[in-house]
Amino acid sequence: MDLSYTLFILVLPLTLFLFIGLLGGKMRSIHSGILGTTGLTIITILSYVTAYLYFSQPSGDSYKAVEAFQFVWLQFTEELVIHLGILLDPLSVMMLVVITTVSLMVHIYSLGYMKGEVGFSRYYAFLSLFTFSMLGLVVATNIFQMYIFWELVGVSSYLLIGFYYERPSAVAAAKKAFIVTRFADVGFLIGILLLSFYTNTFDFNLLTDLNGPAIAQPTTAVFMGLSVTTWAMLLIFMGGAGKSAMFPLHIWLPDAMEGPTPVSALIHAATMVVAGVYLIARLFPVYALTSPDSLEVIAYVGSFTSLFAAVIACTQLDIKRVLAFSTLSQIGYMMVALGVSGYGGEAGLGYMAALFHLFTHAFFKALLFLGAGSVIHAVHSNLMTDMGGLKKYMPITHITFLIACITIAGIPPFSGFFSKDEILVAAFEHNKLIFGVQWVVAGITAFYMFRLYFNVFWNRTPEYHHAPHESPFTMTLPLIILAGLSMVTGFVPFHELVTSDGKPFDTEFHWMIAVPSVLVAVAGIGVAAVLYYKKNPRPETLAKSMASLYDWSFHKFYIDEVYLFMTRTVIFQYVSRPVAWFDRHIVDGTMNLIGNSTVYFSQAIKKMQSGHVQGYIWYFTSGVLLLALLMLYLN
Amino acid sequence: MIVLSTVVFFVGLVGVVIRRNLITMLMGIELMLNAVNINFVAFNHYLFPHRLEGHFFALIVMAIAAAEAAIAIALIINIYRQFGTVRVDDVDELKY
Repeated sequence: MDLSYTLFILVLPLTLFLFIGLLGGKMRSIHSGILGTTGLTIITILSYVTAYLYFSQPSGDSYKAVEAFQFVWLQFTEELVIHLGILLDPLSVMMLVVITTVSLMVHIYSLGYMKGEVGFSRYYAFLSLFTFSMLGLVVATNIFQMYIFWELVGVSSYLLIGFYYERPSAVAAAKKAFIVTRFADVGFLIGILLLSFYTNTFDFNLLTDLNGPAIAQPTTAVFMGLSVTTWAMLLIFMGGAGKSAMFPLHIWLPDAMEGPTPVSALIHAATMVVAGVYLIARLFPVYALTSPDSLEVIAYVGSFTSLFAAVIACTQLDIKRVLAFSTLSQIGYMMVALGVSGYGGEAGLGYMAALFHLFTHAFFKALLFLGAGSVIHAVHSNLMTDMGGLKKYMPITHITFLIACITIAGIPPFSGFFSKDEILVAAFEHNKLIFGVQWVVAGITAFYMFRLYFNVFWNRTPEYHHAPHESPFTMTLPLIILAGLSMVTGFVPFHELVTSDGKPFDTEFHWMIAVPSVLVAVAGIGVAAVLYYKKNPRPETLAKSMASLYDWSFHKFYIDEVYLFMTRTVIFQYVSRPVAWFDRHIVDGTMNLIGNSTVYFSQAIKKMQSGHVQGYIWYFTSGVLLLALLMLYLN
Repeated sequence: MIVLSTVVFFVGLVGVVIRRNLITMLMGIELMLNAVNINFVAFNHYLFPHRLEGHFFALIVMAIAAAEAAIAIALIINIYRQFGTVRVDDVDELKY
C-alpha cells in the first residue's frame, strides 16, 4: 500500500499556519477560524484513513514500521546523515489519531470560546503551527527530526501560553515554560549526541532494531559507575521529563494555565505534555534491553510525581490548576507503566498500558479542560469559590463533565478504568511499592476530581452577576463528542494493536486488581461527596486539623520558592554576577583597550598628513636614504 | 661622470625640496631625470660597452620627461587658475 500521501498531513497545517499567519490581518477573523477548522477536518480524515489502512493490513503476525516518505536533509559525512521523513508504526499512527481528534475538537470549540477575542486569526495560526509541529514530532523517522519538531512544539506552546501578552502573568508563565523545557532539552540534546556517537545512527528503525548497533552491540564505555548508554538514556529521559513536566521539572505546567483554556486542553493536557511518554515509548527497546536501570528511575520519578501532584490537586482553588496537577499525576501513571514494563509479548504489558492510558487520557482530559473552559466562559472566573450550583444552568456541560470525572476516577465501564487497571496490573507484577502508591493515587484522583465536580456543579450557589447560561453549540458539540469517546475508547483492543514488539498478545482481566482499585475510587468519591455535596463546615475543620499538610499542599510544597531561591539567590548571586563582571571588565576591557589605543595613536600621528607636498617629498627622500644606508650597513 | 650625475641629482633634489615656486620645483625634477639619464649612459658605457639598452633607456626617459613636463605645466596652470598662486605652501587643501 502506498502511504506517501501522509506527507499531506504535515504540509497542510504548515500551509495553513503560513496562510493564516501572513494574511490573517486581511480577512475577517471568523474566516480564518473556519479555514483552520476545515483544514484540520481534512487532516483528521486523512489520519483516520491512514490508521484504518495501517491496522487493517498486518504483515505476518506483527505490525511493521513503514517509512512512508523520506529524504536526505543534511549529509555531513558518508555515515552521518540526517533524514526527514514520515515513519508509520502502531505508535505513531495511534498518536496521529489522538492529536488530530483532540486538535479538531479544540478548533471547533475555539470558534465559540475565542469569539470576539483580539488576535483570533493569530490564535488559529498558532494552533495550526502547533498541530504541524506535534504531527511532525510523532512521525519523525529519526531522533534528530524529532528534536527539531520537539523544539517547534516548545515554541508554539510558548506562543500560545503567552497569547494574552498584555497580561504580565501570561508573559511570565510563557517565559517560565520555555526556559524550564529548554533547560531539560539541553539534557535531551546531550543524550542524543551520546547515543548517536556510540551507535553511529539517528534512525529509530536502526536504534530499536534488536540486531542493530544500539541493542546488539551496546557500548561498554562506563562513566561514573554507569554505562554510557544508561547515561544517554537518562539524559534523553530528562528531555522527556521536561516536556512531560515530571518532578522536579514540573513547575512550568501549572503556570501554563495562563493561556486560553482550549490551548490548555490541546497542548497542556492531551498532546504536547505526553511527548515525553511518547519519546520513551519510541526508544523503548533501547531502554528495556540495554539500560533497565534508567527504567527504574523512570518508574520512581513517575510514581513520585503522580502522588505529589495528586496531593497538591486536592487543595488548589483554581479549577484549571486542579486539572493541571491532575494531568501531572496521570502522566506520572504513564511513566510508571513504562518504567515497570519489560520488552516483548506479555512482559510488555506496561508499555501497552502506558500508551492505552495516553490514548484514553487525551480524550477525557481534553474533555475536562473544555468543560472547565465552558464553565469559565459562563462564570468569568477561574476560582471554584466563585462557582457552585451550576448543574441547572449548564446541563450539557454538567453531564459531560460528570462523565469525564467518572472516567478519570476509574469507574467501569468508562475508558479510564481499563487503562488504569492495566497500569496497576503491570505495576503489581513488577514492584509492590509502586503498585501501592499508584493504588492510593487512584483514590486521591477520584477525591480531587469529585471535589472539583461537586464544588462547581452542586454545593452552594453564589450570587452571579448575571445568570450563567449554557455555552453555544460550537462549544457543546466537542464536549459531547469527547464524552462519547471517553466512554467507548476503553473497549479498543489495544493489546492487539500497540505493543512493544508489534505482536499482539492476550490480556486477562484481573479481579484481584480491578476490585480494590474501583473500591478506592468509590471511597474517594464518597469522601468528596460528604465534604462538598452541600455547603458545610467539614472541609474547613478538616483543613484545620491537618493545617501543616494543607499549607504545604496549598503552596505546592514550596517548590516554586525553592527554585526562586536557587536561581535568584544562589545562581544569580554567586555564578552570574562574577561571570558578568568577568565579561564586562576582562573580555570587553581587552577589546576596548585595543580599539582605544589605535584611536589615540592615530590622533597623535595624523598631523603628518599636512598637505605640504614638499614635506611629503622630504619624508620620502629621507626614507629612501635611510633604507639605502641600512642596506649598505647590512652588506 | 658619476660624480657629475650625483651633483646634478642633488641639485635637483634640493631645488624640489626648498624652492616654493612650482615651476622651479618642476625644473628640479627635470634635473633629477637628467641625472638619471647620465647615470644610464655612463654605466652602460663602462660596464657593457657592446650593448645599447642603457642608451635606449635614456631616450625613453627623455620622451617620458617631455610628456611629464607637458602634464605638469597643465596642472600648474590649473592650480594658478584655481588658487591664483603658484606658491606650493598655499596649495595645502588636501590634508587631515
